[in-house]
Amino acid sequence: MSKINATPTPINYITGDANLNALLSVFVLTALICALAFGDAMYSGANLQSMAFQIPEFGFVALGMMLAFLVGGIDLSITANACLSGIVAGFILTGSWLPGLDEGMRIAVAVVTALGLSTLMGLFNGLIIACFAVSSLIATLGTMTLYSGIGMALTGGRSVVGFPDSFTAGGIACLGEVPVIFIAFVIVMVLMAILLERTGGGRRLYLFGGNPVAALFSGINNFRMNVATFTAIGFLAGLSGLTIIMRVNSAKVGYGDAYVFQSLIVCVIAGIHPAGGRGKVIGIGITTLLMQMAASAFTILQLSPYTTKLIWGLMLVLVLGLTRDGRRLLNALRAPFIKNKTLTDKDSNPGEADNG
Amino acid sequence: MQQGAQAALKDGAAKPLLVEAIGITKTFGAFTALDDINLMFKGGEIHCLAGENGSGKSTLVKIIAGTYTQDKGTVVINGRSYKELTPAQSMAEGIQVIYQDLSLFEHMTVAENIALGHLREERSALINWQQVRAIAAAQLERIGVRLDLNQELREASISTKQLVAICRALAMNARVLFMDEPTTALSGREVDRLLEVMSELKKAGLAIIFISHKLDEVFRIADVVTVFRDGRKIGDFPSCDLNAKRLSYYMTGKEISYPKYQRISKAQDNFIEIKDLCKKDMYSHINLGIRPGDILGCIGLLGSGRTELALSLFGLNQPDSGKILIEGRETALKSPSASMEAGIALLPEDRSTEGLFLERSVAVNSSASVIGKLSHGILGFFDFVKERTLALSGIERLNIKTTSERKLAGELSGGNQQKVVISKWLATKPRLFIMDNPTVGIDIGSKAEIYEQAQSLARQDMAVLLLSDEIEELTANCSRIAIFAHGQIVEILDEERLKDPAIGSYIAAVVAAGGKQGTAQDTAAAGTYNPKEGRA
Repeated sequence: MSKINATPTPINYITGDANLNALLSVFVLTALICALAFGDAMYSGANLQSMAFQIPEFGFVALGMMLAFLVGGIDLSITANACLSGIVAGFILTGSWLPGLDEGMRIAVAVVTALGLSTLMGLFNGLIIACFAVSSLIATLGTMTLYSGIGMALTGGRSVVGFPDSFTAGGIACLGEVPVIFIAFVIVMVLMAILLERTGGGRRLYLFGGNPVAALFSGINNFRMNVATFTAIGFLAGLSGLTIIMRVNSAKVGYGDAYVFQSLIVCVIAGIHPAGGRGKVIGIGITTLLMQMAASAFTILQLSPYTTKLIWGLMLVLVLGLTRDGRRLLNALRAPFIKNKTLTDKDSNPGEADNG
Repeated sequence: MQQGAQAALKDGAAKPLLVEAIGITKTFGAFTALDDINLMFKGGEIHCLAGENGSGKSTLVKIIAGTYTQDKGTVVINGRSYKELTPAQSMAEGIQVIYQDLSLFEHMTVAENIALGHLREERSALINWQQVRAIAAAQLERIGVRLDLNQELREASISTKQLVAICRALAMNARVLFMDEPTTALSGREVDRLLEVMSELKKAGLAIIFISHKLDEVFRIADVVTVFRDGRKIGDFPSCDLNAKRLSYYMTGKEISYPKYQRISKAQDNFIEIKDLCKKDMYSHINLGIRPGDILGCIGLLGSGRTELALSLFGLNQPDSGKILIEGRETALKSPSASMEAGIALLPEDRSTEGLFLERSVAVNSSASVIGKLSHGILGFFDFVKERTLALSGIERLNIKTTSERKLAGELSGGNQQKVVISKWLATKPRLFIMDNPTVGIDIGSKAEIYEQAQSLARQDMAVLLLSDEIEELTANCSRIAIFAHGQIVEILDEERLKDPAIGSYIAAVVAAGGKQGTAQDTAAAGTYNPKEGRA
């Protein structure tokens, strides 16, 4: 239910939200089962580190998709955007474009260009959606094809390879035992959580996503909200693109295409309401970890990719079921301790979990 | 139960007892929705349930329909008593409820909507379309109404839909028919037709129970009125023993009379002046000035252009030509934020979709119009403490009945929801407050409070533009009234004219005649004009 505490404590930040409750339970359960089943194979330093390396490139996509969900939309063009900005950065890094620059400058220019370009592509999405009032599904389906097409035209379908070592070093660098890109991802996540949940702009976004008509009648600029959201998604796509080329040392069209579909699953499991206006960044964080852990388990078990898909589907259904009845369950457990608080139908509605 | 049945016998066979509620109690958490209610519904009787929002009427209906289960008490239907009732049992006993939203299939035809419920009961595997039409025609015959059986419901008027919902209930062999505010969306003539149908059904021996806020209808049609207040039954009254004043006293527990507004402001310059404003197909050549302290009323039929004008003033409907002067300066009101900056607030027509974020708390709603003012720093950190203070002061100032500022707006009663919308706009400290039908579907007590609030704001030199369909509402609150017809202002009544006690019926006559100035052609055009289309 609605929790707008002047000073939310870390505990009721999570316990006050039925979705996060369910999510955390599943996470703890999965973690325990993994510990029992795999022990060191899962929790060895090496495996944890390799998980941390894999999370960010997908995590940025999931954060972007979360923003789209928050305004009641979807962005199918995220990975196409990531790939195209990766390719452009790749051309600058290999020296095919702007050959005169020295290595340090090349890296700086490549990073700035990639982020700038991806942000522009996001802005383009936002403008199409806001100006022509098309659904984001249609608009980004179009731009997805467009961005992939441009990438294809630039590369001819080949990979761009041969980046400077000092650039790819960023993809394997660690601070202590923790990968730098993972730290960067956590910082972006925290920043996003602050922006969304503690600032006026974030409040507007949640209100606009939940009920655009009432937002309009409250003087919230809906045009601006749409444009800003999709521009921000573009920026996150750029981060994802850079992480990818840094890690795999090549850029090509079509890398990570499956991320779009996976990020949809992550958003739903994370309790980001597809109709808009609900969901927290921390949910994405937990879910991304959960997915990575599951993927790791599948690898240890040497499951075929088909089985993997089946299990993810199962997880989706499981969490959806838990959120629906999560609150009912919780209240039943608490009932002996709480007087004067009975459960009404509304309390058990997963849609009611508020995030303002 | 035995006693109830005997009482019914004594009452004579003409009015058989169909439903009896004995000692019904229902609580939601700490809130007692119904407290030991005893009530009887008889066939051949029109029974009105009166009471303010949240007084327990709907809860009782839902218990008898089997949607809710009572904590204590028994429901006796046709002599069989139930401690717990399922919706299926309730329907099998001949109880039908027509809710406000009607729950019809918009994409299906009149005939299908009427007959499908009946066919489902029969559990036939195949649909016999002849039978569908026959069932539908038979039900329409029963209420003496002719409708096009093949019309798709989404193309039908609300009044037609209402009749379809009644026929559907009849097709399910209804003996007891509950109707929740059936006349809210109907025009005068349509209300007459519906009330006639209700009388027909009464003659056929059905028990009709209807819930309405419109007191004049209650007196016209009801045989018995049961008044609820705060979950308790105040009493059953034969409607001939009641008058409006008595009834509202029973409902609210206090004497309600609307005080007449007197403008005391000395300011003579218009806050806003509208000059020759035109918008194609909506309104034309509007000239209007509103001074601080004015409550200017606007009345007119659907399509008269007043809501469209209000939206123009709030930046949501760009006029084609003409000027808007604010404090003498020409101002372009291009967006809601521009209007807000100019000091204009709009309480929209539909509070549940346009006015409020129903799934957000009272606090979030109260601050929705001033998010910018509550944000600080480069990142715009939101001040949650100030938000809470703001919400609490709104709750106190407007007497919003809520357990906490964290309660969801959708969980409040209609009147309190509307007060939250007002509170949201007062936070912007507006100079002109446009209220579009602020008291639709709101109980009498909250109505009086909203009037009081509007008047006290005007006394503090706010300009108020009050759009309303209720003549009484306008004559009580307004210092001037503009009558709209076919997109034009046909007459403006000043304070002197409003002192005339017969002014109400004069306004009614002008409105009904469409301003008397419309040619036959104009009237025809206005008849087909749909303002919603124009706005989209």
